[in-house]
Amino acid sequence: MNGKAHSFESPLGIGALLSRLELSGKKIAVERNGEIVPKSAHAETMIRDGDQLEIVVAVGGG
Amino acid sequence: MGAIRDALVVAGKSYSSRLLVGTGKYRDFAETRAAVEASGAQIVTVAIRRTNIGQNRNEPSLLDALPPSRFTYLPNTAGCYSAADAVRTLRLARELLDGHDLVKLEVLGDPQTLYPNMPETLAAAETLVKEGFKVMVYCSDDPIQAQMLEAIGCVAVMPLASLIGSGMGILNPWNLQLILEKVKVPLLVDAGVGTASDAAIAMELGCDGVLMNTAIAAARDPVLMATAMRKAVEAGREAFLAGRMPKKLYSATPSSPTEGKIAPKAA
Repeated sequence: MNGKAHSFESPLGIGALLSRLELSGKKIAVERNGEIVPKSAHAETMIRDGDQLEIVVAVGGG
Repeated sequence: MGAIRDALVVAGKSYSSRLLVGTGKYRDFAETRAAVEASGAQIVTVAIRRTNIGQNRNEPSLLDALPPSRFTYLPNTAGCYSAADAVRTLRLARELLDGHDLVKLEVLGDPQTLYPNMPETLAAAETLVKEGFKVMVYCSDDPIQAQMLEAIGCVAVMPLASLIGSGMGILNPWNLQLILEKVKVPLLVDAGVGTASDAAIAMELGCDGVLMNTAIAAARDPVLMATAMRKAVEAGREAFLAGRMPKKLYSATPSSPTEGKIAPKAA
């Protein structure tokens, strides 16, 4: 996740992961293995071993 | 809402301000907000970056300081050195901003100059336009490449006037003029503006707008510089519309009447 390894004790969906990270409802976007996971699919998308997740926000930039 | 007089039209949408500003390099969000307000900009660029996992969960966010309901966000691909990374970044931006499709594409060539890598930029533009993005594109000031970007379907071309963050001003006004003659989509100067006169020069040339960040953020008083830039862009635009007098090496046409002068004193 964002370039760092994380392990979880039980299977986890993206929706549950975001809620654990207190990111639910925040303006973020999630990519899994190079593909966008749309908000509408967060709840049903289960994370698999070895998945590469990117979770991004908008920041100041030029 | 009534029609905006002399609007900047990008991808079918009208904007009364021809100054676009970046939101990076400010001390804090309060200063970002104050500078953006003072600039009068309606379009603001933002970058897309990884969240801080597990840190500062309640830290203020840019979206709170600059509500997307009031400003048109222009997510960029700053820091991308390949077409693939730029495309991924903007797909994330579109997801993040609920389907918002107006984007700023920039694919950089090297970290020292931040000069655009044009082959990668053209490749990324091709993919993004096919995917329905409205692409405003940072590019070299080469009229042929600008025409290629227009042919691909980019909604605005944004050549650099000098290197990003350099503040060196408009180094090649003739190339900007060549591009202005060649392309029909708006031309915005992106990068290189250092102070108000640079912005005015770009607008006097006939550019449709100016995008800047460092010139405001790195000024001693960013909010005051933002005001200066707003005026410079407006003044430059009005001077362009007014049509300047031709430059003449010798004037020989005094502004005051030549008739009715008092007699020269007899020698």
